[in-house]
Amino acid sequence: MSTTEGTGGPELPATGFRAIRGGGAAARFAAAEAALLRGLVSQVAELVGEGLPPDEDGPAAPGPAAAGSTRAPGSTAAPGQTAAPAPGGADAGDAFEKMLGLSDSSELPDDPVLARLLPDAYPDDLAAAGEFRRYTERGLRSAKVAAAMTVLATLPEDGGRVRLSEEEAQVWLRSLNDIRLALGVRLEVTEDREAMLERAERGGPHAAGLWIYDWLTLLQETLVEALW
Amino acid sequence: MSVAPVEVDSPRSEEKTTPDKPWVAIVWNDPVNLMSYVTYVLQQVFGYSRRKAERLMLDVHHKGRAVVSAGAREEMEHHVEVLHGYGLWATVRQDT
Repeated sequence: MSTTEGTGGPELPATGFRAIRGGGAAARFAAAEAALLRGLVSQVAELVGEGLPPDEDGPAAPGPAAAGSTRAPGSTAAPGQTAAPAPGGADAGDAFEKMLGLSDSSELPDDPVLARLLPDAYPDDLAAAGEFRRYTERGLRSAKVAAAMTVLATLPEDGGRVRLSEEEAQVWLRSLNDIRLALGVRLEVTEDREAMLERAERGGPHAAGLWIYDWLTLLQETLVEALW
Repeated sequence: MSVAPVEVDSPRSEEKTTPDKPWVAIVWNDPVNLMSYVTYVLQQVFGYSRRKAERLMLDVHHKGRAVVSAGAREEMEHHVEVLHGYGLWATVRQDT
């Protein structure tokens, strides 16, 4: 687990959420921040929503046998898919798509981000794990997509002040966590903060990613504090 | 809304179960989830006091995992499903 204590690296906009009267939380987002967050939320929704089985009786998830599909980006969506609306800033969305690697095939067993967002409930019992997944995964994916949609619905494309009810704030917390989990897997985040910063200082795509990750951490941490 | 009892078809595999041993829900440490968030989630999901939730969170952090709940298998599976919704890394097993 991690804390926000001792956060080094580039200076973060020290804003984040604060509690508001009557419950809930508020924060101010610059236009670029809103575009960035909307882009990341959309990508996670797309990734998690993509494998949604078409109906209750369908297979829970495409098995490894179907993994030969090196799907071209933008190929036909699966029936029943909840399509994520395009992120506010299309350019920002495209740029970060590469970072999260969401254009790759998202077959469940292969993608470590999906494996983290939809983990096995029985790590030592394949049969029980599959059975659990068959009953729960669809709902879990739908809930994550719905959470992402709530964030998109409450975060204006051009930024500004976001005022969340307590219920919306709870949903934001889960969605922010999903994005951090996804980004954390892609950036190979570890509890060794120093090693991560050293790696970031050497430059490369991880530097920008880590900065964004820290910003998301700040948002989530301040949102937890606002709700407590 | 319906008030009729809903039959929940829950996952189970009957073999490998020992009736007298309780089932447990376990939360595992991971490098991303915030300590504050994990504490908050344990309070929300189980209704634990902040003190108890913090103790469990610290167990997860220092020991790598913690049993956060024990009871019937169906109940533990439901807890784990909810915890997955919050993004915690949670698993079920029968206590040994």
